[in-house]
Amino acid sequence: MRAITDSVTMTRRQIRHIWRYPTLVLTFAAVPVVFLLLFVYVFGGAMGAGLGAGRAAYVGFLVPGIMVTTIVGAAQGTAISVATDMTEGIIARFKTMAIARVSVLTGHVLGALAQTFLAVAVVMVVALLIGFRPAASVAGWAGVVGVLAMFTFAITWLSVALAMVSRNVATASNLPMPLMVLPFLGSGFVPAESMPGPLRWFAEHQPVTPVIETLRALLAGRPAGPELVEAAVWSAGIALAGYLWARRLYNR
Amino acid sequence: MSNTYYRDGTRPFVSVSGLRKSYGAHRVLDGIDLAIPQGSVFSLLGPNGAGKTTTVQILSTLIKPDAGEVWVAGHELAREPDAVRAAIGVTGQFSAVDGFLTGEENLRLMADLLHLGRAEGRARVRELLERFDLAGAARRPAATYSGGMRRRLDLAMTMVGTPRLIFLDEPTTGLDPRSRRTMWEIVRELVRRDGVTIFLTTQYLEEADELADRIALLSQGRLVAEGTPQELKRMVPGGHIVVRFADADGYRRAAGHVGASSCDEEALTVQIPDAGGVRTLRGLLEWLDSHAVEVAELSVHSPDLDDVFLTLTSDTPAREGAAGPSSTQEASR
Repeated sequence: MRAITDSVTMTRRQIRHIWRYPTLVLTFAAVPVVFLLLFVYVFGGAMGAGLGAGRAAYVGFLVPGIMVTTIVGAAQGTAISVATDMTEGIIARFKTMAIARVSVLTGHVLGALAQTFLAVAVVMVVALLIGFRPAASVAGWAGVVGVLAMFTFAITWLSVALAMVSRNVATASNLPMPLMVLPFLGSGFVPAESMPGPLRWFAEHQPVTPVIETLRALLAGRPAGPELVEAAVWSAGIALAGYLWARRLYNR
Repeated sequence: MSNTYYRDGTRPFVSVSGLRKSYGAHRVLDGIDLAIPQGSVFSLLGPNGAGKTTTVQILSTLIKPDAGEVWVAGHELAREPDAVRAAIGVTGQFSAVDGFLTGEENLRLMADLLHLGRAEGRARVRELLERFDLAGAARRPAATYSGGMRRRLDLAMTMVGTPRLIFLDEPTTGLDPRSRRTMWEIVRELVRRDGVTIFLTTQYLEEADELADRIALLSQGRLVAEGTPQELKRMVPGGHIVVRFADADGYRRAAGHVGASSCDEEALTVQIPDAGGVRTLRGLLEWLDSHAVEVAELSVHSPDLDDVFLTLTSDTPAREGAAGPSSTQEASR
């Protein structure tokens, strides 16, 4: 019970931070928006032709990949903000108080979740402006939000752990960087089938691909396939590992 | 284990015995014993790296000791850390406020974490803002506060939970003299009005002298002396009287006869060791009077904590015999 109320209090603290510095959300959205424009207007014609359709069809293919790129990109910002916070004296104060210890981390995770969602929303608005026309039903949209939440939750716990394991803010900003590559080495920008053997195998068996595939199906108005289960298992695994790792590092 | 209990069988508010902590081969604390009565101000004094902050970190449950028994407010630290946490408040060396939040939000955060409830929390926050002179800045982010304001907010946050023991780890380091005096006044008020026990670490001897009922000197992980400021001052020689004469004639006539330890002909001053207190002074004044020597200025210097500090914390280890055990006993009345 105390864990829940304390986590709510700590989440409120993080929301206040976001509220006071709203530009951070735009920073999170900036890189994915640039990718979106770049891939639609520079590569989009050729990519669309490769898919056997046009630029407009490629927008529909690309947006789920960009959403996931936004999430893994935001992980870097989360890691920086957690690592910075850990250097503050207020963390020592929290540790000397009789509160649920993990609530400091839960607050960061839920705050980052809200922040990432805002960034994804900004990216979505840009996508709609440049011609993205999702065909999802209300239930489909609920599914999209659920999958995004699930995956963001997992990546955020991982980035909190990465922030805790790095001894300084600079390291914390670098550790989540490789995550940014995953949508490229998955089905984020081109279909996995178009890749050569070993790379294709990697693309089909890494955590980001089933998430992207599920989002792609739901946004196109199709039911989610077996990838949904895969995405859920990956997300649960990453979240649990990140949570346990972060908690151990925090209690150290 | 001798000072875990008072002679009447009760335990002091804070009692520490045999506290040890090493980082690798480096021994930071090498067997510390402390007994602090409730409602008093205890100051741990020592040069940088003596182990002051480590002691505070252990007593405030931040890090675990390698050995030793610690009791705080009737709870054993190792077995009931949360009960200890509920009784203490920490205002650290590095300000423990959230710079993104306003002063009021910082205090509200504490109230929420302590589960004070909405109405009670609000009232407490308002009261503390007034008391620590922060009402005018309540709605500004703490990052915009001056050093003194940040320390006051820090202490106000500590006070939200009405702690019975407050650790002040170098609370005035980096503050200007006026803010330092304000902090001292606040600390005195905490003891007087709220009955809080204070565990103060400082490198300012003046601060310990101003605030502390008892002082322990920490050097290289060991307590080298413990006692009231007066007791500590008595432990070192260094009291003297300085006389400046009105003219060279008076200087010449007196210099050889007043037991001066050092003379300065140019400045017309002599320095006389103050061995017998008032008697030395009276003898001196009588001699000067009866020989009709004109004095321009006379001042009495009693040894200050600086003398104690420099004498006892010099790099020679093991001055422990000096006062350690005997005055620790005295604390156990």
